Amino acid sequence: MSELKGWKEIPEGAVIEDAGNSQEYKTGTWRSFRPIWYEERCIQCYRCWTFCPDSSILIKDGKVAGINYDYCKGCGICAHECPKKANAIEMVPERT
Amino acid sequence: MQKFDAFTGNLAVATAMKQVNPDVCAAYPITPSTDIMMIFSDFVANGEVNTELVTVESEHSAMSACIGAALAGGRVMTATSSAGLAYMWELLGVASGLRCSMIMTCVNRALSAPLNIHCDHSDAMGARDTGWIQIFSENAQEAYDNIIQAVRITEHRDVRLPVMVCLDGFIISHSYEKMQYMEDKDVKDFIGEFKPYRSLLNVDKPETFGAMVLPNYYMEFKRQVREGMENARQVILEIGKEFGDKFGRYYSYFEEYMLEDAEVVFVVMSSAAGTVKHVVNNLRKRGVKAGVLKPRVFRPFPHVEASRVLRNAKFICVLDRAETFGGEGGPLYLEIKSALQTDKNNVPVVSRIFGLGQRDFLPIHVENLYEEIEAFFKTGKIKMFDYVNVRE
Ligand code: SF4
Ligand code: SF4
Repeated sequence: MSELKGWKEIPEGAVIEDAGNSQEYKTGTWRSFRPIWYEERCIQCYRCWTFCPDSSILIKDGKVAGINYDYCKGCGICAHECPKKANAIEMVPERT
Repeated sequence: MQKFDAFTGNLAVATAMKQVNPDVCAAYPITPSTDIMMIFSDFVANGEVNTELVTVESEHSAMSACIGAALAGGRVMTATSSAGLAYMWELLGVASGLRCSMIMTCVNRALSAPLNIHCDHSDAMGARDTGWIQIFSENAQEAYDNIIQAVRITEHRDVRLPVMVCLDGFIISHSYEKMQYMEDKDVKDFIGEFKPYRSLLNVDKPETFGAMVLPNYYMEFKRQVREGMENARQVILEIGKEFGDKFGRYYSYFEEYMLEDAEVVFVVMSSAAGTVKHVVNNLRKRGVKAGVLKPRVFRPFPHVEASRVLRNAKFICVLDRAETFGGEGGPLYLEIKSALQTDKNNVPVVSRIFGLGQRDFLPIHVENLYEEIEAFFKTGKIKMFDYVNVRE
């Protein structure tokens, strides 16, 4: 994060003046478990993409292509929703 | 041109609201403030105001709707009492924290239990640390005048904090008295157009309101609220003076009644100040140098100015219409005591709790208090804390 500002420098009432600046806030650091996606097992059913609450499933050329670790919080929903027969996402402890 | 007529406190507030003609009012009825919104809803129904009246399902929702409307850039007003204010409590800090300009009338009423619909200040005192400016009115006239000044105070660029205008339930809210009121046009000119600093509805510059703030920034935003409150001190004085220049009734932080040479000083807010002034008149006839300090502004509390006008006092009795249960004295007492301490003034000061749930507070009770003080001058003994007119 950039240098912290003082109370005289920030907008009153905690207003965020630039719309959409949450992109700059990398919430991926909150993660304690990391989803690992295995391309070879993936059947491209899009369940993970549908359910991920943080829109962190990457899509490339219309296909699931991995995980955006900048914002993935490691909730494990993708791994849970991934069909058992595919089992293409595994959760592993995040190294600290 | 001003006219005289008979007003109840609630009618006075509703009339001020009509003249302010706010964009949005969201309110939920609760005794003794219900009357205000009843009268005001007539104005809405009759097309006398352009206000969007939002009839919500609770005070929690009322304050939420007011916050939304204020952030959208509207001029916003509401009214409540007692449990209604308590139910808003969570949102009170939101309104101040988000720097909402709005005016709420609090018709002061006791808190349960036991259930009681009558007057005391425990509702407003429960909200004293929520970042709201608090102005207390002695009578209908002050309530009316305070509402109109509150519009200017809350919308001031350097303040932008919500203002709570208090008046005593039933004693003032439901009693008729003579009151002077201005013409609509003069009120309109005095309050001017509201130019919101920001607006939720500004699609050209979308902004986020009410986002979460982590420990690394939370304190900075609270420090800003403190600054708004500090700035309000000057703004309140300026607007009180401007109001006086225009309409002939001047307002400051407090009223000083026979205070200049007063040796025995009663400090008391709102309607009870009238009772105390009456007794002080009688004491003066007997040659007793008594006086009254009637704070009007409780937040921000004018500690420097209050301690200055108390420098000649030989004894101070602070009367509170609210308890702090376990504190050294009532909330007003605590403010006065700390102001005196800062001023290195060791004058004896005692706390007296009166009028809870609208227990009678009559001239005889003030006379009894004076007798206690007279005895203290001879014996040096007095109770530091006590209730007035309570049975054992
Ligand atoms: S772990 Fe949670 S946040 Fe991360 S990609 Fe899977 S569903 Fe999305
Ligand atoms: S849920 Fe599993 S199989 Fe389906 S697209 Fe996502 S990773 Fe691939």
